[in-house]
Amino acid sequence: MENQYKLEVKNLDFYYDKFQALNDINMKVPAKKITALIGPSGCGKSTFLRTINRMNDLIENTHLTGEVLFDGNNIYAEKVDVVELRKKIGMVFQQPNPFPKSIYDNIAYGPRMHGLKNKEKLEELVVESLKKAALFDEVKDRLDKSALSLSGGQQQRLCIARALAVKPDILLMDEPASALDPVATAKIEDLIADLKNNYSIVIVTHSMQQAARVSDNTAFFLMGELIEYDTTETIFENPSDQRTEDYITGRFG
Amino acid sequence: MAKDLKEKIGFFTLRLSALLVLLILFIILFDIITKGISVISWEFLSTAPRRNMTEGGIFPAIYGTFLVTIITAFVSVPLGAFGAIYLNEYAKKGWITRLIRMAIRNLAGVPSIVFGLFGVGIFVVLFDFGPSILSAGLTLALMTLPITITSSEEALKTVPRSYRDGSLALGATKWQTIKNNVLPVALPGMLTGSILGLARAAGETAPILFTGAAFFLPYLPDSIFSQFMALPYHLYILATQHHSISTVRPIAYGTALVLITLVLIVNMAAIIVRNKLRNKYKR
Repeated sequence: MENQYKLEVKNLDFYYDKFQALNDINMKVPAKKITALIGPSGCGKSTFLRTINRMNDLIENTHLTGEVLFDGNNIYAEKVDVVELRKKIGMVFQQPNPFPKSIYDNIAYGPRMHGLKNKEKLEELVVESLKKAALFDEVKDRLDKSALSLSGGQQQRLCIARALAVKPDILLMDEPASALDPVATAKIEDLIADLKNNYSIVIVTHSMQQAARVSDNTAFFLMGELIEYDTTETIFENPSDQRTEDYITGRFG
Repeated sequence: MAKDLKEKIGFFTLRLSALLVLLILFIILFDIITKGISVISWEFLSTAPRRNMTEGGIFPAIYGTFLVTIITAFVSVPLGAFGAIYLNEYAKKGWITRLIRMAIRNLAGVPSIVFGLFGVGIFVVLFDFGPSILSAGLTLALMTLPITITSSEEALKTVPRSYRDGSLALGATKWQTIKNNVLPVALPGMLTGSILGLARAAGETAPILFTGAAFFLPYLPDSIFSQFMALPYHLYILATQHHSISTVRPIAYGTALVLITLVLIVNMAAIIVRNKLRNKYKR
C-alpha cells in the first residue's frame, strides 16, 4: 500500500505575482497509472503539472504554498536538490523541443550530464531509450543526423526517448500531441499506453477524447481549482459535479 | 489615382533612403581606391617608412594595429561574453541589473577621446604599463566592451527558451545547460558581433593617441610594453601633422586603403566564421 501513490499533493496554492493560479489543490497520483488533467485554457492544469518537477521555479515572481509529496517526501522542502528531483521526474513539452544536435546526442544528453562517460553503456542506453519510445526502427540508420530533420511526431517521440534515458520514475506530459497530426497523435497515444507499465504518467490534455482513450484517472480543473478527480470512466460517464458534466459534454468553454 | 501616386512617392522615398547607404559606401571606397591604389605595392606593405615618411611603406603600422587588436580581443571578447552570460542567464530583474545595463549604454556613448584620457590615467600612469601596446589594447578593450556585451547578449537571446527548459527538465544544472545547450547555439552570433566590434576598434585613433601609438619608430615593437605605430594614427599624421602634407597625400590614401581593406577582411571573416560555426544540426 505504501507505494500505491507516487505523488500526494496537499493544500497547494500557486501564485504568479499576485494572481492566484492554483487554489488549494489536493490530489493523489497513483503509481504506474496514467493520470489525465483536463480543463479549459487557463484553468491551471499546466501550471499544476509544472509544480511537480519545479519548473515553475524558473519563472520570476512566483510563489507556492502547500506540499507536493513524491514517494512521501515534500519536494518543496528546503534541502531538496532540484536537479536530482528533475532526474526522477521527467517532462515532455507541448512543442517538440529536440536540441540542435544529432539524434544520438539528444538521447545521450541527460545521461552525459549526469556523468555517464562509458561509450558502450551510453550507446546501449540510447538504443534502449529509442526502442522504448518506439522510434528506434525509424532512425537506427541515421543516429548521427540532426534531430531537427525528423518529422514533428518523430521529434516528440525523440523527446520522450530523451526523457526516458534519464530513467525517471514519473513522466509529466504537457499536451504532448497538440502540435501533431492525427496519425502522429495515435502513435504517441499508443506509446503512452505502453509506457504505463514502467512509469507513472501525468498528462495534460486539451482533448477529452485523448483523456478518455489513454488515462486511468482524470482530474478536471476549472479556474485554478480541482473540481473533480476520479477514475476516467466515472468522470466521463457519471460525473458528480455539474460543471464537470457541462465541460465533458461541451456545454461551455 | 491620387492614392496610387502617394503610394509610389512613399515607396520611392523609402527605397532612396536605403539606396543612399550603398551610394555613400561606394563613393567612399571609390575615392580612396582611386587616390590610393597607385602607391600600393608589396614594398608598401612590407617595409618601414623612409625619408621622413615620404617614401617606403607602412609595415610597422600594420603590425602595430594587428598586435593591439589581438590584445583588445583577448580582453574584450571573454569579458563581453561572460558579462552577457551573467546578464542574460543569471541576473534577476532588479536595480543592480538595471544599473549595469545603464552603465553599458552610457559606456557606449562615451567619446573615444575620453577613453584615451582614461587609458592614460589608469593603464599608462597608475598601472605603470607606460605608453605601450598593452595600455592601448586595454583602452580599446574597454571601449569595445559595450559592443561585445550587447552583441553577445543579443546572440544569447536568440536561443529559444525551450532549449533551456528541455535541458533543465532532464536534470541538467544551469551551468551545464548554458555550456552544452545555449552557448553552442549562441557562439556564432557572439563571435560575429565581437569581431565587428574589434574591426571598429582597429580603426580608432583617439584611444591610442596617448596610450602608446608612436609618431614614428625605426624598429618594430619587441614586447607588449613597447610603443608601436598604428594604421589610423599613421593616417592622421600623414593627413594633418606632416611637414609636407601634399607630398605624402598619396601615401595617406594608400594607408587609408590598407586600413579599410583590413577592416573589410575582418568583417568578412566574421561572416565566414558565423556561417561555418552556424550549428550544422540546424537544418
